[in-house]
Amino acid sequence: MREELHRFFRAARGAGVRVSPAESIDAMKAVADVGFADRDILRDTLLLTLAKNQDEKRALGETFDLFFSQPEVKDETAPEDADKDAAESATPDATPAETGEAGAPAPEMGELAQMLMSQDRNAVAAALANAANAASLSDIRYFTQRGIFSTRILNQLGIERLRDDLDALTSSNPAQAERLAAALTALRENVGEIVSQALVLFGREESENLRNEILRNAPLARLERRQVEQMKALIRAIARRLRERYSKPRKRQRRGHLDIRRTLRRNAAWGGVPFLTSWKRRHRDRPQIVALCDVSGSVAQVSDFFLLLIHSLHEVVDDVRSFAFSGHLIEVSDILDTKSPEEAMSDIMSKVGFGSSDYGGSLVDFEKGWIKTVTPKTTVIVLGDARTNNLDPRADILRRISERSKRLVWLNPEGRMAWGWGDSEMPRYASFCTVVRQCATAKQLERAVSDIVAAYQ
Amino acid sequence: MNNNLPADSIEAVTAGLASAGYIASRQIATAVYLAERIEKPILVEGPAGVGKTELAKALAAWRGLKMIRMQCYEGLDEAKALYEWKYAKQLLYTQILKDKLGEVLGGAETLAGALDRLHDFGDVFFSKEFVEPRPLLQALEQPKGCVLLVDEIDKSDAEFESLLLEILSDYQVSIPELGTVVAVVKPTVILTSNGERDLSDALKRRCLHLHIGFPEQKLEERIVESRVPGIAKSLRTQIVGFINQVRTLDLKKLPSVSETIDWARVLVLLQSSELDHQTVKDTLNVLLKYEADIETTLPQVTTFVARAGRQGVFG
Repeated sequence: MREELHRFFRAARGAGVRVSPAESIDAMKAVADVGFADRDILRDTLLLTLAKNQDEKRALGETFDLFFSQPEVKDETAPEDADKDAAESATPDATPAETGEAGAPAPEMGELAQMLMSQDRNAVAAALANAANAASLSDIRYFTQRGIFSTRILNQLGIERLRDDLDALTSSNPAQAERLAAALTALRENVGEIVSQALVLFGREESENLRNEILRNAPLARLERRQVEQMKALIRAIARRLRERYSKPRKRQRRGHLDIRRTLRRNAAWGGVPFLTSWKRRHRDRPQIVALCDVSGSVAQVSDFFLLLIHSLHEVVDDVRSFAFSGHLIEVSDILDTKSPEEAMSDIMSKVGFGSSDYGGSLVDFEKGWIKTVTPKTTVIVLGDARTNNLDPRADILRRISERSKRLVWLNPEGRMAWGWGDSEMPRYASFCTVVRQCATAKQLERAVSDIVAAYQ
Repeated sequence: MNNNLPADSIEAVTAGLASAGYIASRQIATAVYLAERIEKPILVEGPAGVGKTELAKALAAWRGLKMIRMQCYEGLDEAKALYEWKYAKQLLYTQILKDKLGEVLGGAETLAGALDRLHDFGDVFFSKEFVEPRPLLQALEQPKGCVLLVDEIDKSDAEFESLLLEILSDYQVSIPELGTVVAVVKPTVILTSNGERDLSDALKRRCLHLHIGFPEQKLEERIVESRVPGIAKSLRTQIVGFINQVRTLDLKKLPSVSETIDWARVLVLLQSSELDHQTVKDTLNVLLKYEADIETTLPQVTTFVARAGRQGVFG
């Protein structure tokens, strides 16, 4: 059973529950105490010792149910049903002969064939489990390995011998051979099922890691529809990571300024003789962000993900004002805060989206309406490809924004190669930006946002 | 009942807690059982008012142990949680003992000699005598063991969590001047959290993690029964049925078990034998703590009461 538990821990890790060695020892101890008799209590025990939050509890519960539900052994039921059907539809005199034969399999056949023919359900299940162990099925990682593991298990079961038996039987007793062939098909299906289940249990982590790695480096602007959902999940994970990293208020004492009031108060017990000193703490700004996002054409998708990320950082970022523009500029903070991401995006798109972008006009809009939101504590982020359609870029406004703000960061989904080519005004804008960086993939997006938040730490 | 041995089955824990007036679900009983068996603290999470703190009280009552409660808040530090030196007492003693100093040093002829003699008395002022034990140290020093409740750990700072780690894993604390204090009898530790912030992995790793949610209808009825004696069965069913429906609404603060109990007490005091929508409307402020929530619920009251009434008859 120890072995079984170890395999369960591995499956749990596959499901995204972090199981440390210390926790697995605890779980072992606890399970040794409560025993395996009551499945519900065992489940509670593992959930108590291994999972450390609600999400993990859910994931672990699912893994538990999956892990301890053996796939039904139905090698025999299938042919049995087939037999019955055949018996009912076909000539009735064939039935007694067949059942008679099934009861007493020919002794010269291999072990597996005997097992299948005698319909020993438990024996088959046990043989399957042993074969799966021998083929070290819990090492399965990728879906491409399904074939090889199936083959390994079937070999372990003794499929070679079975084939020989089948060949021999086909010539001597065609009716029995047919039964055996049907049983073999069912057995194959069963093995396939076991392998699929193992893949779900043990392979999840690896395939997810692989997929996420690919996703992180995929250009955001050219995602397929089905990838968009996965990308949103990934962005949420990134947001969680950034939150964890930056939300803890870091207290760092700075010696040098004595806090006289606090010192006097703390030392009142000793008549004001300063045994303990208090020092003034440095005040740390929480990030304030003003984001201007281009939502025209190909940049829209990137803006979408960027806004999703920045608005899921509530714990870290005090104050986010978001603006979207293409032909003109509007504020979208409220829409993003009150509506679900999907609704919000379609709402924004219907208001300003998909026009041809006019950077100069949008900057004028911003200066007229909201320039006051930019203070010396603010980081202004502009996300766009700086393609102005040969209209006036109004870089002078950008300069004024830059002068008012703490930092001005420009994120451009296009590669550096394209900056300044055609109608791109990037070089002209770049001279007023604190930082200009490319931002086309989730990885670059994470980097960019992380750097912006880190500047306040 | 032998109070110091861990219970020998999960059923025994359930029965024991019930004897202290706490109706535990299977998960809770399993957690308490395991905590005693493998000597691990329990970290209890869940919405406010589902009986997290109550669990510790019930456990202490059942075991006949002292409960030491440590309420966490922002800015809580070592001096308030663990121990502090009695500075005033130390100062006072030095003043009083000044005269004796001459006697101690009298025999010494050289400065080095005087220093040596002083060293012999150096540790006098940093001894157990002058330590003011705070809750955590008190918990370790209880001769019969105790239940240590660290309440609302999520309200404290991250530094405080790290301070707890030594106690949680080894049941000991290190005081630089005195050395390590090891627990006389290992206390049963219960930590509660409302999930206001994520606790560190290091802390979670050392604990059993128990999540208490809103109880099932049957269980909640039994809780009301044990907490509000003398309440009619039909009223009990109706109250719980009504509250379960309120919990399906989108509210700022969902009513939890403590509100159910309060409400049941109010209704018993008002001598109502069954729910009618006028009484419910009048007493809704016991159940809901926000004006906006009351406004959301009011239009639904009649339907809910009717449905809860039907449950009382048929269910």
